[in-house]
Amino acid sequence: MAKTKNEATTEGARELTFGGVWNYAPSLEAVDHVTIAKRHDLFVGGEWVKPKSGQWFPTIDPATEAVLSEVAQANDKDVDAAVKAAAKAFPAWSRLSGEDRARFLFRIARILLERAREFAVLETLDNGKPIKETRDVDVPLAAQHFFHHAGWADKLDLLFPGQSPRPLGVVGQVIPWNFPLLMAAWTIAPALAAGNTVVLKPAETSPLTALRLCEVFQQAGLPPGVVNVVTGDGKTGAALVRHPGLAKVAFTGSTEVGKEIQRAVAGRMVELTLELGGKAAHLVFEDAALDQAVEGVVRGIFFNQGHVCCAGSRLLVQESVHDLLVEKLVRRMQRIRVGNPLDKNTDMGAIHSAAQLARIRELCDDGEQNGCTKLQAVCELPSKGHWFPPTMFTGVSMSHRIAREEVFGPVLSVLTFRTPEEAVEKANNTSYGLSAGIWTDKGARILWLAERMKAGVVWNNTFNRFDAASPFGGMKESGFGREGGRQGMRAYVRLAGGLLPG
Amino acid sequence: MAAPSSPVEFRVSPVDAVALEQRAADLGTRSLKKAAKVQGLKLAIAMMDLTTLEGMDSPGKVRQLCQKAKRPLPARADVPSCAAVCVYPDLVPVAAEALRGSTVQVASVATGFPAGRTDRATKLREVELAVAAGATEIDMVIDRGAFLSGRYGVVYDEIVAVKQACGAAHLKVILETGELKTYDNVRRACRIALLGGADFLKTSTGKVQPASTPPVVLLMLETVRDWFLETGNTVGVKAAGGIRTAKDALKYLVLVAETCGDRWMVPQWFRFGASSLLTDVAMQLEKERTGRYQRAFDFSAD
Repeated sequence: MAKTKNEATTEGARELTFGGVWNYAPSLEAVDHVTIAKRHDLFVGGEWVKPKSGQWFPTIDPATEAVLSEVAQANDKDVDAAVKAAAKAFPAWSRLSGEDRARFLFRIARILLERAREFAVLETLDNGKPIKETRDVDVPLAAQHFFHHAGWADKLDLLFPGQSPRPLGVVGQVIPWNFPLLMAAWTIAPALAAGNTVVLKPAETSPLTALRLCEVFQQAGLPPGVVNVVTGDGKTGAALVRHPGLAKVAFTGSTEVGKEIQRAVAGRMVELTLELGGKAAHLVFEDAALDQAVEGVVRGIFFNQGHVCCAGSRLLVQESVHDLLVEKLVRRMQRIRVGNPLDKNTDMGAIHSAAQLARIRELCDDGEQNGCTKLQAVCELPSKGHWFPPTMFTGVSMSHRIAREEVFGPVLSVLTFRTPEEAVEKANNTSYGLSAGIWTDKGARILWLAERMKAGVVWNNTFNRFDAASPFGGMKESGFGREGGRQGMRAYVRLAGGLLPG
Repeated sequence: MAAPSSPVEFRVSPVDAVALEQRAADLGTRSLKKAAKVQGLKLAIAMMDLTTLEGMDSPGKVRQLCQKAKRPLPARADVPSCAAVCVYPDLVPVAAEALRGSTVQVASVATGFPAGRTDRATKLREVELAVAAGATEIDMVIDRGAFLSGRYGVVYDEIVAVKQACGAAHLKVILETGELKTYDNVRRACRIALLGGADFLKTSTGKVQPASTPPVVLLMLETVRDWFLETGNTVGVKAAGGIRTAKDALKYLVLVAETCGDRWMVPQWFRFGASSLLTDVAMQLEKERTGRYQRAFDFSAD
């Protein structure tokens, strides 16, 4: 919970104080309605099967470090069985009418919403993100992706007129730990809508919601083998993307692993989409609505503890409003409530893993050692679990590591610019190109800037807004391919004259 | 005694409507339980301007309202009095008499409330008479006609003149945000009122829809917060019109607590203008005390 005194700024009599009069009592989301099995097997061919490896590994609650459950470590043979189950299911599934596939997707979406509280709690426990976000963002958005793509299932010919869209076959999906359910949903839904079958490999550290999603598939009567889930570490993911039975690989995760995967599929008849890292810039001009820009910047970097590939981790602000904006941000940052993710009033939860926390600390230390000014919210952090307070650095230049490397944590780097040209140059001066945010009240400038941003998503006077109808994806080392909307469907169909024969 | 037309700059920075509404909605999801809820509800009562502004208002009605303002829950000593009773000018003497010796302030609307479509001299005279009759707080309306036609100086001059006519009485400036329509207009009107010497910014008369909304109040809170940081002067905010439930009141309190902080979490600097809100807050307080909802006829109907 955010501490109330010792503000990061002190300005004598004119300083504002918070929390001295009225404090919110704890408001904990109930967890007793969610039962978690002690051990999870693999979901292959519509059934739960023990791993051939004979191995399981624990998954923990990042907020308490308590072990939640054990999940199976799938080896090459398990992956092979899953791909074969998907291949077996493919002919019948792909020959179903679009309308019938849509029925399944609608049913999955509805069941997901009926079980929304359960999924929200489970996601919060396994991931560490606040219940407010799983309840209001992750779960509703995951359901929306099933609803949205159900609508495409019987309209593929309208999407790609005259191009004879056909499913690809078995799709291998490897997804990250930052939005476990949402990523599962937004990769599975378009794949199924187009008539593909899926083998999904959730992240090692956050597999529980993807596994529970299998219960929803069973409940919805989805034919066996249409979706298979194999859990495990990086070796499992590597076995999956190397499997010769795949027609497509979709990977969401780090740029480093993305490059390995691209090497692994090179020379094979395999379609690939990659959604990788980012180092997005906010461009704040002096004419922007500053109070709302502050909210957008806060949402951009502190949403989901900054574990967001499109997080707005660089704040490029026009020099004339730098001091004012920083002052407002520091004050606002102090208001972020950090703590128990199950408290409905928590704004920022736990850092997902010890490894990620170490990475965040390393980059922050580098910033401090190299002359950047660290401004950090004063928080009382829980003694157990992985935590890092909301943090921003001023005096950052483009040559600092915290301005170049993806921190993937609640750390904002503040830089300045003088002209629109300089803003564009700095924003694009990165190996990534996933997203950007433009903050100005001037319509012409918005269009001028958006045209010049080398980023897959450009938000204007908002940030981190997602919708199943809106394509999401990157440029440069942030990857290629889109998820969501019409463009997202393109990655899951073969068009006449496409890559694969037949 | 009109002040000279002012050369003051009334320019303000822009407001983004979508993001403002988003922030207000986000803060609206705060979950208030147990002690926090009870404390918030009591504070809401202490911040309430219990209001009756009807053509059918009578001395008897005003006296009953005054009694309710002094002792909102007669059987509970732990529930505070309301902040003020707000009436039309002709009923100020009745309210002043009924509230004598209590902490409850006498507030009066003035300046041709609610439309404000009367001449400056009449408005000022109305203010002087209300103050002379015992009003300690004056709720004026701004000249929306002048504002919407860009004559900001006229609006400003009038506020300056009314402030002067108020003497020691506190001046609440009603912006009537429902007629200003845009958030940019609201922010500019706030700026004019602050420069003109307002002690309080008030959303609405209650006679125009929409009246108070969370985004509008959030915007006004941001404006007084920035004014405080700029000048060191504290100006209050009064959310008035359309606030009927305890749940709504708590949402407004969250806006205050997380935008302006402790300084504004007192009746001196934040108010609710309401007529029916008190009954719902009282019902919620009794529910928190007993664990059960009480019957509506257990609460005074004034």
